[in-house]
Amino acid sequence: MWLVIIQLKIGIILTFFSLLFAVASLAERKILARIQNRRGPNRVGPCGLFQPIADGIKMLIKEDVVPRKADRALHFLAPIVMVAPMVLLFGILPYGGGLTLVDLEVGLLFFFAVSSVSELAVFMAGWSSANKYSVFGAMRAIAQMVSYEVPLVLVAITPVMVAGSLSLVHMVEDQAGYAIGVIPNWFVLTPWGIVGFLLLFVTSLAEANRTPFDLPEGESELVAGHLTEYSGFKYALFFMGEYFGIFAGSGLAVALFLGGGGAPLPLLQWIPPYLWFFVKLVVLVGIVIWVRASLPRMRIDQLMDLCWKGLVPLAFVNLIAAAIWHYSGGGWQGWILAGGLLVGAYLMLNRVVLRSRCSWERKYYLAKS
Amino acid sequence: MERMASHYRKSGGRWLGSGILRGMGVTLKNWIGSYFDPSRLVTVCYPGERLPLPENSRSFPFLIYDGDDPEAGLRCVACRICEKECPPECIHIENERDENGKPRKRPAVFDIDISVCMSCQICVEVCPFDAIEMDQIYAISTNARFEPLRLHKEQLLKPNEYFRELSPTRSAAADARREAERAKQAKKKEAGKKG
Amino acid sequence: MTSTEEVESISEKSERLLNISMGPQHPSTHGVFRMKAVLDGETVVKLTPVFGYLHRNHEKLAERTSYLGNMPYTDRLDYFCSLTNNWAYALSVERLAGIEVPERAEYLRVITAELTRLQNHLAFLGFLLNDMGVWATVLIYGFREREKILDLFESLTGARMMCNYMRFGGCRCDVPDGWVEEAKRITDELPGVLDELEQLLTDNEIVVARTQGVGTVPGRKAINAGLTGPVLRASGVNYDVRKVDSYGVYDRFDFSVPLGSVGDCYDRFMLRLLEMRQSLNILKAALNELPSGPIINPKAKNRNLRPPAGEAYGRIESPKGELGFYLVSDKSGTPYRYRVRPPSLVNLTLLEDMCVGQKVADVVVILGSIDIILGEVDR
Repeated sequence: MWLVIIQLKIGIILTFFSLLFAVASLAERKILARIQNRRGPNRVGPCGLFQPIADGIKMLIKEDVVPRKADRALHFLAPIVMVAPMVLLFGILPYGGGLTLVDLEVGLLFFFAVSSVSELAVFMAGWSSANKYSVFGAMRAIAQMVSYEVPLVLVAITPVMVAGSLSLVHMVEDQAGYAIGVIPNWFVLTPWGIVGFLLLFVTSLAEANRTPFDLPEGESELVAGHLTEYSGFKYALFFMGEYFGIFAGSGLAVALFLGGGGAPLPLLQWIPPYLWFFVKLVVLVGIVIWVRASLPRMRIDQLMDLCWKGLVPLAFVNLIAAAIWHYSGGGWQGWILAGGLLVGAYLMLNRVVLRSRCSWERKYYLAKS
Repeated sequence: MERMASHYRKSGGRWLGSGILRGMGVTLKNWIGSYFDPSRLVTVCYPGERLPLPENSRSFPFLIYDGDDPEAGLRCVACRICEKECPPECIHIENERDENGKPRKRPAVFDIDISVCMSCQICVEVCPFDAIEMDQIYAISTNARFEPLRLHKEQLLKPNEYFRELSPTRSAAADARREAERAKQAKKKEAGKKG
Repeated sequence: MTSTEEVESISEKSERLLNISMGPQHPSTHGVFRMKAVLDGETVVKLTPVFGYLHRNHEKLAERTSYLGNMPYTDRLDYFCSLTNNWAYALSVERLAGIEVPERAEYLRVITAELTRLQNHLAFLGFLLNDMGVWATVLIYGFREREKILDLFESLTGARMMCNYMRFGGCRCDVPDGWVEEAKRITDELPGVLDELEQLLTDNEIVVARTQGVGTVPGRKAINAGLTGPVLRASGVNYDVRKVDSYGVYDRFDFSVPLGSVGDCYDRFMLRLLEMRQSLNILKAALNELPSGPIINPKAKNRNLRPPAGEAYGRIESPKGELGFYLVSDKSGTPYRYRVRPPSLVNLTLLEDMCVGQKVADVVVILGSIDIILGEVDR
């Protein structure tokens, strides 16, 4: 019986995320199109709804090209190594409402351990392709992902500190209930939570190689980076891995800061928690797509600067702010102390970054003759 | 020396991230706007929906004939000016010849290789007889490289009514020119008769 | 342009240097341009531009074609700005043959040239941002507006890009009914679009970080290299052929020339935005003052033109810089010598100087900020 329930849960979760992948790939194209004053795919099925199926068939029947000098085994393995750990991540997300698969005591640790395997996959892909652009992309990917693990972990530690547990389920439970009866107790509604959430969002964008941090793929400079020599279904698998990475990252953000499956208002508590979880997750994925349509790509040195000079110090300050918040017992003292600390840190960062990187102030003469 | 009238100062964002947020606001406006404001959704679904072409739009040349019979109403007199002036030399004309081999003022062969034609309409400009005009046909790809893209006289000939429909302004001007020319010719003939 | 010391240090380090060939098939070389880059990690140590992949024998073709027959070939030089190419060529033939141009034709030339500048700069912004990696959004916003201008071109000249509109002594055809009103409407709409683009781009921290201090060209160096157009003016050199030569009727319009101060990619990018505003001023005045009269000098001969023996150089401020045509006539129906001074090619000569020491991602941004069209570079 226990086995059947577990398998049922696995089935539901896997189906949901596979479907979400299909929908998200369509939604990405649709939203990008809408932002760019276009209509997006609308040929296959009503409003182009069957486009993912057409894409899937196309990917399946495309020729699988492997460069002659490629390391065939690694070239074959890389897409699998990309997807497999991402699927594992779905197992520990706290969907709530009995859909949570496993409540690991060290859930967060498991999450970071498994998600960093994708770095290996990217490097395998780049190295095995025997293409200069691929290696270049892989090198960038390694530098980027290893660096961004640091602020990611630092940010994730703050809720751990406050909740006193590494278990994601426990963390969601800690955010249950409402202050003054209406405002949910989510971590994002605290000074350190806002900053933490934003930091987590930015770092998981970088972890998932999404714009503005899509340097490993860097289409305009590196052709397609580590994906240059991939085609057909292997390419689709990379694509899937990337999307699963976004889902998992968004899921983590929802669990850590957005109250997991908690309803935003007490009135709406009748909706099952896992639905809330998925709604929040989908909103975050929408924002990721919106960011992709709006922002240019950063340069590698700026990326590193942002990580080591911006995000890491801010994450440390956030850690301290969370501690202050915790020991001042929340309330207005907490807001003043922790909020003041974070605003101060932001101002410092503002000064340092704005002054050092660029002159910023420009004057243009309008010559009459 | 130089008189600097004024200048434009770009002071930039004071807060880190404000520029990014403002930019994202613009894209958000376009995203939401595309559902309500038709000016924010500018594309058309091409094969089904087609925008009307302006009257002056041009693609490839065609030959005009008057009346119903293409051979009888042919305006072209095989003067070969267009053949000479065509910059990429895509027009090929051969005169009709009578039994003695003397060329007649009619084209036996009038070919335009539209794979070479660059739609410059210089042939139209130099034609003294308003016999050649620019068509608006498009999406005329074929599955072979040479023969289907080489338009012969039969394919090129189109009635004057077609041209009137295509471009009322230009065809009216051409008709007026031809009418004036005809009147002049008639006058000349009359004068010649009298003389 | 690397000194011997640098070459030596390159060979010393060559163990860990990476040679990559960017182009001719590469997503952001704006056509079939190739850069042989030597990289030390991410940094560019040496960069050799290779062009000529789109060579079409333009100059020799012109020497074998009649003066009129070459007009449509000039469309295909810088295929984004066929009307300014037409104008520059018509101007030099008019100088060679001594042909006067009626006033209305001059106004129409100014109007079409400024519209060309607008649509070129709009597309430029999009391509530059595409090179920076924003996913086609700005490109499509730019193209959305460019489309309206191209529609104007189509209803005036019959073609959207290969206009073939100007003739020696005037223009080929008059404006159709309602064209001027439509042009005025678009001119009035464009400032709002420019505001939107400025809001989207000029303050964006990533755009600023990617462009400021990248590919800086000091004014003196820009003059020495013969750069023209927005690339030169971004370095603070006040040189605009519209002001210097005041060809056509440009002296009748009140407009100013925006000048940058640093000469980096950001200045080049901002200059285009500011230039578009100035173009709109010119357009507004020209559309309001458009005089009536003939559009082509009735005495001007286009077919079988045989200019007197001599030489002439006509130049205009094309959207990309100084576009000049040098013609030598030997009284025959074809030019004896025909030479184009393409702004894209001359502006490209400083590419290596701009790129060395920058990151590889900057190379595409610098290339994008120069605004080249391979049709004009390779001819």
